[in-house]
Amino acid sequence: MNAEPTAETTSRSRGDRASVSPPIAVFVLGGLGVLFFALPFVGLVVRAPWSSFDDILGDDGVRTALWLSLTTSLVTTAVAVLIGVPIAWLLARTNLPGRGFVRALCTLSMVLPPVVAGVALFLALGRRGVVGRPLDEAFGVSLPFTTASVVLAQLFVAMPFLVLTVEAALRALDPAGEQAARTLGASRAYVFWRVTLPSIRPAVVSGLVLTWARALGEFGATITFAGSFPGTTRTVPLATYLALENDPDQAILLSLVLVAVSFAVLVGLRERWVGAAFGARP
Amino acid sequence: MPAPRTAAATALAACLGVGGAACGSADEPVIVFAASSLTDAFDRIEADFEAANPGVDVVVSYGGSSSLVAQLDDGAPVDVLATANPEQMERAVSSRSVTVTPEVFARNSMVIAVEPGNPLGIEGLSDLADGPVVVLAAPEVPAGAYARDVLACAGVAVEPASFEPSVRSVATKVALGEADAGLVYRTDIDDRTAAVELGPSCNVSAEFPIVALTGDAGAERFVDFVTGPEGGRALVDVGFERP
Repeated sequence: MNAEPTAETTSRSRGDRASVSPPIAVFVLGGLGVLFFALPFVGLVVRAPWSSFDDILGDDGVRTALWLSLTTSLVTTAVAVLIGVPIAWLLARTNLPGRGFVRALCTLSMVLPPVVAGVALFLALGRRGVVGRPLDEAFGVSLPFTTASVVLAQLFVAMPFLVLTVEAALRALDPAGEQAARTLGASRAYVFWRVTLPSIRPAVVSGLVLTWARALGEFGATITFAGSFPGTTRTVPLATYLALENDPDQAILLSLVLVAVSFAVLVGLRERWVGAAFGARP
Repeated sequence: MPAPRTAAATALAACLGVGGAACGSADEPVIVFAASSLTDAFDRIEADFEAANPGVDVVVSYGGSSSLVAQLDDGAPVDVLATANPEQMERAVSSRSVTVTPEVFARNSMVIAVEPGNPLGIEGLSDLADGPVVVLAAPEVPAGAYARDVLACAGVAVEPASFEPSVRSVATKVALGEADAGLVYRTDIDDRTAAVELGPSCNVSAEFPIVALTGDAGAERFVDFVTGPEGGRALVDVGFERP
């Protein structure tokens, strides 16, 4: 590797790690694991009807679904940061009662089958729901079948990834730095933005990426709670499922597009943010 | 070891008791792939058939017609196939060397599913045009294509809130009260929904064909049972019409 002078520490530490030769058993088992992850994608790529790639990508329905997927998953991620990081902070840094309950609640929505999550959202926020009915009667607001309901479905299943990742990082963080800043007269907000957040940045970024990826691939809760209408609620996973009914080729290409977009973002983020943040640490 | 032999012997004795008709063997179940709209009818037919043919074990797997045919193409071991439309059956039969021709054994028509008691007083297709929240099956699935045809025939423009991936989820959305109305098969109506008739001028007659894909004696007898009077009664009871 020819390292830039500024990145010297990074490349050296990486080089050291790479020089360890793996035990053969670990190598074989790890290799099998990687193969297991890779093979389904190989299947998709091999079976993909590349000749009709342009036609399908140029299709209005496909573009609409792709755009809806991108925008809703990004909004979901933003909202998850806005309310998920405070949850994580409350869980990690306070002695408020019921923290165990809240943490379990976050995990619960992760293990709930997404279709059931959709039904649960229906029963709570739908037209006849516990909260949805008064909302409808008082303001005439009905959530199902709207783009907002897509975001809510994604948020419900995806936000736990952010909460749990950030909470773990906050717990693992040595409070000495924050305490030092406080004794030097920094306000709590200043300490959070300038000391705490930079220290847990890798965790926040990976939590963010996991949340976004989960939101982008969300199917079950969306189809149940939000329905499927082009441009309003039909995201790429929903369009893929529908295409599977009579145009498997389109379904394969659609899923490949989703895979490619996610892969590019995941690799890009890792290199730019997480990698840099790790490298910057002594 | 002794247990299966005893079971086989019992099965054989039972078969002889029925009167020397050809018997499927007990250890080889008859695998039936059936469209999901047939669930209620085939659950009953399966029980009746097994009661009438002790020793023949029938296993039914339900799913969307197109995904069933796709599984078939991927080599799923299937003895009997029953689909919700002739097109899917054609796809399945054309790709293999089957000598028997599929037989239409049931017909289904469409109705408007509304909440029990019909609170909005929906009387026909024209009431769906504006006002109620309507969900339809997506045109990609048979029920959605039929719904589109029916609405076009009646000259009613409906702006649905959602195109659902299956006709069952249309019925569920109405049953849960999220939608006011949806177009479903008559057989999708249960105690959670009520049916509003379309009238004879604009309706469809969805054909359900069935075929025995293997020469298995049990498979052929199952098909005969479905197309015969016993199967017919079960089908009519859940809302199908006879061909």
